[in-house]
Amino acid sequence: MLSRTGLRLSSAITALLVSQSTYADWELNMPQGVTQVSQSIYDLHMLILWICVWIGVLVFGVMFYSMYKHRKSKGAKASKFHESLTLELLWTAIPTLILILMAIPATTTLVKMYDSSDAQIDIKITGYQWKWEYDYLGEDVRFFSNLATSKDEIYNKQDKGENYLLEVDREMVIPTGVKVRFLITSSDVIHSWWVPEFAVKKDAVPGYVNESWVNVPVGKEGIYRGQCAELCGVDHGFMPVVVRALSQENYQAWLDDQRAAKVAEAAAAMGDFSYDELMTTGAEVYAGRCAGCHGQSGEGMGTIFPALKGSAIAVGDVDAHIDVVLNGVPGTAMQAFAAQLSDVELAAVITYERNAWDNNTGDTVTPINIIDARK
Amino acid sequence: MMTSATTLHEDHGHHGPAKGLMRWVLTTNHKDIGTLYLWFAFTMLLIGGSMALIIRLELFQPGMQLIEPEFFNQMTTMHGLVMVFGAIMPAFVGMANWLVPMMVGAPDMALPRMNNLSFWILPFAFGMLILTLFSEAGAPNFGWTFYAPLSTTYAPSSVTYFIFGVHLMGISSIMGAINIIATILNLRAPGMTLMKMPLFVWTWLITAYLLIAVMPVLAGVVTMMLMDIHFGTSFFNAAGGGDPVLFQHVFWFFGHPEVYIMILPAFGIVSQIIPTFARKPLFGYSSMVYATASIAFLSFIVWAHHMFTVGLPLATELFFMYATMLIAIPTGVKVFNWVSTMFNGSMTFETPMLFAVAFVILFTIGGFSGLMLAIAPADFQYHDTYFVVAHFHYVLVPGALFAIIAGVYYWIPKWCGRYYNETLGKWHFWLSFVGVNVTFFPMHFVGLAGMPRRIPDYALQFADFNAVASIGAFIFGLSQILFLYIVIDAIRNGKKATDEVWEGTEGLEWTLPSPAPYHSFSEPPEVK
Repeated sequence: MLSRTGLRLSSAITALLVSQSTYADWELNMPQGVTQVSQSIYDLHMLILWICVWIGVLVFGVMFYSMYKHRKSKGAKASKFHESLTLELLWTAIPTLILILMAIPATTTLVKMYDSSDAQIDIKITGYQWKWEYDYLGEDVRFFSNLATSKDEIYNKQDKGENYLLEVDREMVIPTGVKVRFLITSSDVIHSWWVPEFAVKKDAVPGYVNESWVNVPVGKEGIYRGQCAELCGVDHGFMPVVVRALSQENYQAWLDDQRAAKVAEAAAAMGDFSYDELMTTGAEVYAGRCAGCHGQSGEGMGTIFPALKGSAIAVGDVDAHIDVVLNGVPGTAMQAFAAQLSDVELAAVITYERNAWDNNTGDTVTPINIIDARK
Repeated sequence: MMTSATTLHEDHGHHGPAKGLMRWVLTTNHKDIGTLYLWFAFTMLLIGGSMALIIRLELFQPGMQLIEPEFFNQMTTMHGLVMVFGAIMPAFVGMANWLVPMMVGAPDMALPRMNNLSFWILPFAFGMLILTLFSEAGAPNFGWTFYAPLSTTYAPSSVTYFIFGVHLMGISSIMGAINIIATILNLRAPGMTLMKMPLFVWTWLITAYLLIAVMPVLAGVVTMMLMDIHFGTSFFNAAGGGDPVLFQHVFWFFGHPEVYIMILPAFGIVSQIIPTFARKPLFGYSSMVYATASIAFLSFIVWAHHMFTVGLPLATELFFMYATMLIAIPTGVKVFNWVSTMFNGSMTFETPMLFAVAFVILFTIGGFSGLMLAIAPADFQYHDTYFVVAHFHYVLVPGALFAIIAGVYYWIPKWCGRYYNETLGKWHFWLSFVGVNVTFFPMHFVGLAGMPRRIPDYALQFADFNAVASIGAFIFGLSQILFLYIVIDAIRNGKKATDEVWEGTEGLEWTLPSPAPYHSFSEPPEVK
């Protein structure tokens, strides 16, 4: 949905960054990341790792020495010692000291991570089964971010792309050199918003607003990818997080583009749409947003996700159908799509549901109908 | 109490077990019940293991090949539940049933009828849980930690069977724990003071108290779920004024002591085995007891380290980080004591010793990653990744499970009167050792590299290590079939065991003939 300028800008940035390969360190170890916080966390990780390695070398060293030397087949005679207060005190005291030394940098880092004050930009992140919503508070920019990898790639009918499962239709965009605060919550179950390169992982809990923040240094513009980290249902593995960091000017340009696109979209909704146009768009929207639960052919899934083929809603009263799609069904897995889809998309998908798979109601729902229903 | 138990058994102390199937249904004999528990646990190990293999098969390559994401979630959930509650815990109870009375010189468990009931609840609990796989709604799919509201508002209808199953397991565990405490505190042979008890008995005594303390908390949390699902309450439903984070606090108040329930008896088993094969008394017996008690105490004040990313206040995070780091101290003491026991010993490496030594090394690796996870800032990167999966499998598989296997090899000559085939035992060890490390070590790498746990499909950069882990899983899984063969072969054709079984064994159970008679210590032995 980026405008042409935005696209050109971002593709140039992408080309630059992909060649540097953001994932060079992703093979064996924790990424060092791009922020101060992620660097301190990486340093803590390496420190405690090396402490463990050296303790391991020491303890296992003694153990292997004794397993080699003190075996009966080598004629070793067992001594009878079985107590030493000095030793016991020593190996209680030394680990205690190491732990205290370890606790100091850990505490400092944690305090830093918890300080989300003085942020210049607030982005509200809401987890949904199975997508993220980004709301730029005070900027009138708000959109959903869905997995962009196709079912054909997932089911091995097509070659997998480079960013398989880590690509979305609309990325979160943030500026560099600015402290950005994330306000994280959920509309259904618990999710967890995670970008390893930022060392930001925070649970999205319904009824709570959790805070986290990032300050991507200038010069680190690029695309950063992560995933939902908390089991959130059947498509938990399919809700990636993608953040594009832009320079501050480009960020402002992007914001303007978003607002302009919104105006254009509203104007488009007032136009005329043929049945065929709506059916084509509807099929795409259905495959992307609805088929995950209601099935590719409207056949439903299990006891939680009802079939749409021949269902009372899909072949019954049009207004009731629009109401369910717009507002969801509270207390069930059916979400409200009013904010997630545009008027055109909503009209198209409802038209599609009412005519596909032998539903054949012959009804055409237009964007105007949706605009009326929204009132 | 002790006199009445003794007289009771003298009346019919000379007849053996009843014949046929009813022997097992009606038995109140601690050895029979121990055997039932162990076979039940092994069956569950194979069922839970098959689920793990289905998971590893799907994760062998990126893309969905074999199963659907929905079934994948059912598999991870059921694998966890079956292994924790069906395999590891009942195996330790089986060990306790066989060994605690023989180790303290008691004729049987203190409450033999209740003992029968606590076992026979289990097949029904797990039968019900596993049968949900074949229901229309499918089995529970919300992970073995069943976080609300995924497990309440958004759960499949089989969740009600799951809740009932958990209640049954809880009742069984609590009764088992009461029985063990009653036996240890009341039925010890004259002269056996608490500080003379074998370490296995000590660790089980402490474990039993943990069980009694936390199983009711688990029962509480699933009851709150039941109320939310069926009776309109909103304990965990934010829309109704409830709190999804409350679920996690209550669950982990159970869950953290639970993980020590699964490891303390393993400490006990290893502390019996290493001195025998090092031909040297256990180093620092009393510090071992105190370390176990401290670990048990600390286990109650560290639960929120499972929740570092949930949005806790800074002070809470710091408290739970410090408290968690403290656990490294008593755990370290234990490892140092085992190594010192081996030092200057006269060691031989029969199969039980091999498994025990592997336990010390690999459990310590699991402990190291545990210490890393305790560092709260770093945990923001580790949390809910394969690094955590690697960590807890290192403490539970080459930890708890290796200790159980070591214990079976160590005591089976006493139980059945016959030795197992040593060559096959060593094969079993080496296959398991290689398999377990090939499976779980690469998980550290993919976890650090950013692979979340509980996903049915993954990005391409995780592909290589996942393929390796899957191969390891099949090596490990299939070598447990060899274990089954070795045990059956020992029971049927094994070489007759001596009473002492191993050179230089110490403890009351080795003073009994091999196999241990159906009724032992009808007259309490004298302990000097």
